Amino acid sequence: MKKFRKQIEKFVEGILFTSSTVTSLTVIFIIIFLFKEGVGLFNSKPVEKSYTIAINPNNPINTISSEHLKEIFNQQITNWKDLGGNNDSIMLFTLEDAASLFTEEELGPDFEYLPQKINEYILSTPGVIAYFSDSYIPVDFGGKKIPVSKISVGEFLSGKEWYPTSSPVAEFGVLPLILGTLWVSIGAILLALPIGLITAIYLSEVSGQRFRNILKPVIELLAGIPSVVYGFFGLVVLVPFIQKTFNLAVGETALAGSIILGIMALPTIITISEDALRTTPQSLKEASLALGATRLQTLVRVIVPYSRSGIIAACILGIGRAVGETMAVLMVTGNASVIPHSFLQPVRTIPATIAAELGEAPFGGVHFKALFALGIILFIMTMGFNFMVELTKAKKYK
Amino acid sequence: MPEHKVETKNLNLFYSDFHALKEINFKADKNTVTAFIGPSGCGKSTLLRVFNRMNDLIVGVKMEGKVYVDDKNIYKKNVVVDELRKKIGMVFQKPNPFPKSIFENVAYGLRVNGENNKEFIADKVETSLKKAALWDEVKDKLKKSAFELSGGQQQRLCIARTLAIEPSIVLMDEPASALDPMSTAKIEELIYELKENYTIIIVTHNMQQAARVSDFTAFFYLGELVEWDTTKTIFTNPKESKTQNYITGRFG
Repeated sequence: MKKFRKQIEKFVEGILFTSSTVTSLTVIFIIIFLFKEGVGLFNSKPVEKSYTIAINPNNPINTISSEHLKEIFNQQITNWKDLGGNNDSIMLFTLEDAASLFTEEELGPDFEYLPQKINEYILSTPGVIAYFSDSYIPVDFGGKKIPVSKISVGEFLSGKEWYPTSSPVAEFGVLPLILGTLWVSIGAILLALPIGLITAIYLSEVSGQRFRNILKPVIELLAGIPSVVYGFFGLVVLVPFIQKTFNLAVGETALAGSIILGIMALPTIITISEDALRTTPQSLKEASLALGATRLQTLVRVIVPYSRSGIIAACILGIGRAVGETMAVLMVTGNASVIPHSFLQPVRTIPATIAAELGEAPFGGVHFKALFALGIILFIMTMGFNFMVELTKAKKYK
Repeated sequence: MPEHKVETKNLNLFYSDFHALKEINFKADKNTVTAFIGPSGCGKSTLLRVFNRMNDLIVGVKMEGKVYVDDKNIYKKNVVVDELRKKIGMVFQKPNPFPKSIFENVAYGLRVNGENNKEFIADKVETSLKKAALWDEVKDKLKKSAFELSGGQQQRLCIARTLAIEPSIVLMDEPASALDPMSTAKIEELIYELKENYTIIIVTHNMQQAARVSDFTAFFYLGELVEWDTTKTIFTNPKESKTQNYITGRFG
């Protein structure tokens, strides 16, 4: 009998061990996958695979940065001297131009003469810059190929443009996305923290037990509403309201995102800071009151300082929730990837970008990898917030 | 005729349905020490908390009868409770310093009462700590956290904190029950000295302590004030057999 019991114990132990191992391994696997895909971005070029950029062999330019390339093809740079070359205006050439430059007869029925024509065109036009598929490179190609550098971490983090699908050179600058995320989250916290804190103080120190028993479950219910419902509410009620109130062209703004996220962060902030406020020992409150302090003085001078770390934790967790929130923000912020200058502009957050673009990004491509790199940034941000919570907790028990 | 500092008339107190204090008629004279003794749950701490209206914080407390401090009914509608509590200091059972520095603990009562003069506060902190016989031990570490002090020092800090707002009455709720004998002796010595300037009411479970420090002793049992007389009479020649039994340790 005793032997049998021992075996059961071993068996249960095994199950516990297995499940916890599987859980940890899953988490580790997801993180590794995220990093593997994301870091792959910095090993790729911002142009489509097997495409070539070439210029006239007499052009003194040898390298062009991705940013300049994009400006060239957007016709923001129109003369080679802007890049330190000759005073020649830049002639763009892509395969779409082939149809207008050459006749059908010149190209042949199956475009078999196209490589030859491209070669001729590049050699005869001093200011040309051509972008075409590698399959059209002729055997005796005389143009100068421009190597496109790999995407660098610095470029990725400090780039101000996010045009993942622009051709020929995609732009992966996450600065507007990071700023958009922070902008919306900080706005949310600025709105939610005072309201949440006041509510928490009211619940823990002022309201009667009965009212508290009604209000607290209601607030906790807020946390259970699906985020898409918040987004829908924001889109239908809040966005038109903001548009009218501030007389804007569009109501989808950072402000709308902040308000929706603020409402979503409220349950976290209220619940955690209320719990923190309630841990203030009765003896401390009594000591303060017995010295002739009013209830307000006791609150400000004793209760809030005592529960400071809990309130900070509530604030950071609220931000953490706001930073990672996707759906509601995607629906109300307008998703323009520009660096925001005011709360009344559309912004785009990291999670919203991933959600909106992952479906369109070709699997394994540069865009796909860039979205995973965004995932890494988000992961690091939220991990940082959680780490800060741990720090404030650790401080309390020191 | 000594002046009555604290007085109750036909005081009844209920926690919801529980009748915690029954028909209490009690007086404490100026500059005396009165000890409240009795078994746990007999209502002595509750009565103590009646005098500075600490029971207001507890939901469901109902009171009947009158309570006078300096001949004024403190349960009248127009009494400002904060003002009342400045006159009546309280020292609690467990030392409960604020999570602030030693200096700020003593200065707290002054600050919440609107005192901003730095020199005055510093002066007051020093005299209060001296009165509480703590100055010599902490004068070099006033900026340190109050939690760095020992339990006995913390309790004397709480006494200093109370004295800083210059109350005329000091209520002590088993102030030495959480302390070691050395610290207890110091607190008792302190009570004896404070008697000159303050009216003190002390709740205690320690018979010897009551006998040592008090002028008067009141014995409570199940919410009733069974007997109340000079400490000498209570300990040598009590009128009630219950008092006799309690003091001699037959129950409680």
